[in-house]
Amino acid sequence: MKNAGLLVMPAGFFLVVAAISLFDGIAMRSIFVLCGLAVEGMGLFLAVRGHMAMRGEH
Amino acid sequence: MDPYAALPLPQSAFVLALSLVLVSPLALAGVALMNAGLGRSRSAAQSMLGTLALIAVAVIVFALIGAMFAYGDTGYTFTVAGRPWNWIGAGSFALRGFSAETVQTQLGTLFQFIAVAFVVLIAWGSGADRLRVAAGLAAAAILAALIFPMLSYWAWGTGWLTQLGLNFSLGEGFLDPGAATVHVLGGLSALAIVWIAGPRRGKFPKEGLSTAMPGHNAVYVLFGGLLALVGFLAWNMAGALMWADLPPTELVVTAVNTLLEAACALAATFAVTRIRFGKPDASLCANGWMAGLVTSTACAAVASPLEALLAGLVAGLITPLLVELLELFLSIDDPSGAITVHGVCGLWGLFAAGLFASQQGQVLAQLVGIAALLGVIFPLVYFLFWAVNLVLPFRVDPDGERIGMDLHELGGSAYPEFVVHRDDSYR
Repeated sequence: MKNAGLLVMPAGFFLVVAAISLFDGIAMRSIFVLCGLAVEGMGLFLAVRGHMAMRGEH
Repeated sequence: MDPYAALPLPQSAFVLALSLVLVSPLALAGVALMNAGLGRSRSAAQSMLGTLALIAVAVIVFALIGAMFAYGDTGYTFTVAGRPWNWIGAGSFALRGFSAETVQTQLGTLFQFIAVAFVVLIAWGSGADRLRVAAGLAAAAILAALIFPMLSYWAWGTGWLTQLGLNFSLGEGFLDPGAATVHVLGGLSALAIVWIAGPRRGKFPKEGLSTAMPGHNAVYVLFGGLLALVGFLAWNMAGALMWADLPPTELVVTAVNTLLEAACALAATFAVTRIRFGKPDASLCANGWMAGLVTSTACAAVASPLEALLAGLVAGLITPLLVELLELFLSIDDPSGAITVHGVCGLWGLFAAGLFASQQGQVLAQLVGIAALLGVIFPLVYFLFWAVNLVLPFRVDPDGERIGMDLHELGGSAYPEFVVHRDDSYR
């Protein structure tokens, strides 16, 4: 689950890249950049959950 | 021929920048002391020797390989939607032709040598008490050879982040006087190391609360914070001169902001820990102080004194709460607090710099930079470290962890004349 979460994070970055490449307006860019950051946040959350699931292994 | 002819800065500004860069390693000394003090007494010598060894490896690898990717007038570029994306530099191998470069380029490279040493030092602190020196050296080599140079090219060179203003009309491009390339990268690397090496043995039992493992020397920790102040003052002013293009006449404001952010962050952490625990916590207060300094690296050059106070206040408030959250609820064992102090507070500083800057679109430029750090740099660091861990295990064996890293890795203790009592927190 941790690795899956970390693989989701670049997807958020590509959303950010698409936002600034495809849109010119500040509003659309802002919305899509925030969406990209939200996707990265979800990936990080998943990775953290994966780490917590391994509690007590060491 | 006048060697300063190619400089846009006057000669006095160059001399000032060089002097500041030469003082800035005091920040590393402060962080090294904090790392050692926040670890256990039976790992103190390994912590300090590891610090020197990691810095040595990082500097050598950066000179041989990393500088090639961090610099170069012509980088590797691809085009997306008709716009160029410069993603990595194409300089010379092993600093060939370095002495013929302009003095400004040489100064920038010197700054990067200190920066890469800082990055590996931050990450090293989080692996205290279980990260082997050999694995730390491998991690440092990876950071110095590829990750740091790439990010440095993006944020300080002519990479795509600095070109966001030119190519995408986002303010003046990603503004980073040293927070992203040093502190956030160090903090994210620390998280990768902590995840891969795992927590210290007995830290998180299968049932019940996590075990408290306090640092062994609060004086080291607090004096480290004081020493770091001198280094950060120099570091921030040098970064403002070199990467934020501030004129020397505005540097005093940067220095005042640095001091204000550290002071306000410490006051906030002091208050929070006093309210939470009934008494102020020395190690958390030192972390709060450091969090203010890290935040100042990102935004002291663009903020007003009032804004600096606000940035420091936020950093000081989130530091103790986040340290507690990571440890108690997220099972992340970070002895030095680097993930919170350098990673999260660095990100907050970068965002605050966008808020405080006057250019339109600067907030968006900062958010794009933050997205690159979280979406590209962090997964890349984690998977590279994960691959290294397969051939060179990060974590020491259980016996080594039991007797301490000093005896296991160095064969001698940091405090041979002291009787070391059984650690009550060890289960």
